[in-house]
Amino acid sequence: MLSVLSKGFKPAANSTVAAATTVTSTRLASTNDVNFTVQSYKLHKLDNGPKTSVTLNRTDALDFYRKMQVIRRMESAAGNLYKEKKIRGFCHLYSGQEACAVGMKAAMTEGDAVITAYRCHGWTYLLGSTTTQILAELTGRIAGNVYGKGGSMHMYEKNFYGGNGIVGAQQPLGAGVAFAMKYRNQKNVCLTLYGDGAANQGQLFEATNMAKLWGLPVIFICENNGFGMGTPIERASASTDYYTRGDYVPGIWVDGMDILAVREALRWSKEYCDAGKGPLMLEMATYRYHGHSMSDPGTSYRTRDEIQNVRKTRDPITGFKDRVVTSGLVTEDELKEIDKDVRKEVEEAVKIATTDGVLPPEALYADIYANTATQEIRGATIDETVKQPFKTTTEVLKSIGRL
Amino acid sequence: MAAFRPFSSLLVGGNTRQLLAKRGAAHFNFQPSDAPKEYGDVRQKMNLCQAVNNAMDIAMDTDPSAVLFGEDVAFGGVFRCSIGLKDKYGADRVFNTPLCEQGIAGFGIGLAVAGSTAIAEIQFGDYIFPAYDQLVNEAAKYRYRSGGLFECGKLTVRATWGAVGHGALYHSQCPEANFTHTPGVKVVIPRGPTQAKGLLLSCIRDDNPTIFFEPKILYRLAAEEVPVGDFMIPLSKAETVRKGKDVTIVSWGTQVHVCLEAAQLAQEKLGVSAEVIDLQTIQPWDEDHVVESVKRTGRLIVSHEAPKTSGFGAEIAATIQDRCFLHLESPVNRSCGWDTPFPHVYEPFYLPTVWRVFDSIKKTVKY
Ligand SMILES: Cc1ncc(C[n+]2csc(CCOP(=O)(O)OP(=O)(O)O)c2C)c(N)n1
Ligand SMILES: [Mg+2]
Repeated sequence: MLSVLSKGFKPAANSTVAAATTVTSTRLASTNDVNFTVQSYKLHKLDNGPKTSVTLNRTDALDFYRKMQVIRRMESAAGNLYKEKKIRGFCHLYSGQEACAVGMKAAMTEGDAVITAYRCHGWTYLLGSTTTQILAELTGRIAGNVYGKGGSMHMYEKNFYGGNGIVGAQQPLGAGVAFAMKYRNQKNVCLTLYGDGAANQGQLFEATNMAKLWGLPVIFICENNGFGMGTPIERASASTDYYTRGDYVPGIWVDGMDILAVREALRWSKEYCDAGKGPLMLEMATYRYHGHSMSDPGTSYRTRDEIQNVRKTRDPITGFKDRVVTSGLVTEDELKEIDKDVRKEVEEAVKIATTDGVLPPEALYADIYANTATQEIRGATIDETVKQPFKTTTEVLKSIGRL
Repeated sequence: MAAFRPFSSLLVGGNTRQLLAKRGAAHFNFQPSDAPKEYGDVRQKMNLCQAVNNAMDIAMDTDPSAVLFGEDVAFGGVFRCSIGLKDKYGADRVFNTPLCEQGIAGFGIGLAVAGSTAIAEIQFGDYIFPAYDQLVNEAAKYRYRSGGLFECGKLTVRATWGAVGHGALYHSQCPEANFTHTPGVKVVIPRGPTQAKGLLLSCIRDDNPTIFFEPKILYRLAAEEVPVGDFMIPLSKAETVRKGKDVTIVSWGTQVHVCLEAAQLAQEKLGVSAEVIDLQTIQPWDEDHVVESVKRTGRLIVSHEAPKTSGFGAEIAATIQDRCFLHLESPVNRSCGWDTPFPHVYEPFYLPTVWRVFDSIKKTVKY
């Protein structure tokens, strides 16, 4: 690894943002890594929890910054495409919550699984899709993550069980995925994500009971962004301590705007589950900048000042940037270079997402059942009625040379 | 015309894209209706959203036990149907619930059985399924299983319904048939503002639990002169919205407008006179009205947005062949959504558009 010291220490130019967490940092002479102190966690039915003193190395610092910026940029691009009517329907942006996904991904190991709700673009990216695949899915094109058949809320990757449109539906699924892991003796966890609104769906309580009863390696993670659509948490939840709401399932409250706290919390939680002590329930305190979806300006139930204030004082990217630059781990110029790269990557993705083709209409019929007889498909006139030519999306893709 | 191209020639090139690019536009033209005199002379232009608001306003004004609740309804709900009602009737009568459809439905049943008029909003018909158990197993059977001692007839569940042009899998479905298979609940769907107001008031005041599906594409798009007073359109009564003699078309909700257009087209292009009936109440439905019409025309087409298989069209077809067998000149035709999940980019192909209904008319009369 490059020596941080040899790069010269350059304080962040005109950085006005102070991370919400304690910014104390110590450079470790032996490794060039830097020690940071993160805000303490709140514990529920646990004697000890994740550490508040965490170490960050240079490679990770650059990597985390890049990933958070990609998500931020990609979501801005999606917002713009929506305004241009190139994305239709429902589109929920993750901006403001980047530290949650990137931090958790950083602690995941091979074989860990994720399932979440509709706010899934960032996760899809982190689990392996390209920005092109995500933006093209949003515009419904062949280059999309599921060839345009899913849209904003339905994206998938290896070990990423999707994007789910029905609030609360993914919660028991996560328990099921974790059961399969346990059954196969995998040392893995299933990260089961949901919002503060979804925390009030009864399915969560059914799922936590099963998970505890059978000791499943599932980590229920409530991304508390303060609102379920237009409803602030206090108006919807009798207890807003979401990390305690699993009752007999131990829980941890985490500052979800601090990627380092998130990473450490997940690392600790994985260790806990690997030791056969799962499940766990985490709450990530975070914030959503945009409206709930693109049809919500997001300003009727909160003030613009409130949003601005979070952007100024708790932004996960600015906060992180400030810390890694101030501590001398990376330089401002290196981050600028990343910004440039990311901008380019997203611009190129937008190009493909707006010019690629749409899957032929035959795909409408593909992949409904695994093994039924082909159906009659009516043409524009009675004589043009044909037998369904393709049964799977794969066959459709092959027929047009896209697979 | 792009819509006339055969399916198989709509490969990935320009045609698909052109057609898909148009998916912002509605697939029909709204045909306003003129309410009968007895509903009142004083009228005001309202869209369907305002008509629903107006109906709830009247319901709450005339019934102090009426309460309205659901996700974000105190702010007006995501479609703004309940806007202003909290200010008018207070936060104890118009309130937000947490995000929990099963809870909303069950809570509503409890309220209703204890004597309150409960108006529950489920934000999208697609989200009524978490509440399905409560509606099917509790609401529908309360009266029966208690020998008539207990019932929740004061419950009305409102839910938005149907295609909007870009809603994809979970913001477009038409789940009426899921509920018509359950004796004990009524299912009602309006085609425009006047019907929305009159039918919703009937649902709220009916002594049975009712599910009122609101075609959300009509909220803003459909506007007409609506009587401002308190009036009710009777449940389980169909309405003939276009007179004809060669073929009967039965439909409900948004699809009525598609059928009206197809009927007009059939008149112009084929010289066929099609009668169009708006069923209005899907269950219990106005059999006699449809039977009378089919006996005259000898032909029936049923058209709904929901998938064909096990759609309510199947029930109508079965009843009509039973009651009109000797009058039928051709098999009952169903012009419906395809048997696929509601697709993301293929909505224009999924929907039983004017052209598909037109094709059904042609097939039926030429049989
Ligand atoms: C069963 C169901 N009910 C309602 C909705 C509509 N809806 C979509 S998201 C949402 C709010 C969810 O809030 P939260 O769980 O906090 O997640 P966030 O959007 O904040 O990420 C609602 C009410 C839905 N998709 N599914
Ligand atoms: Mg939320």
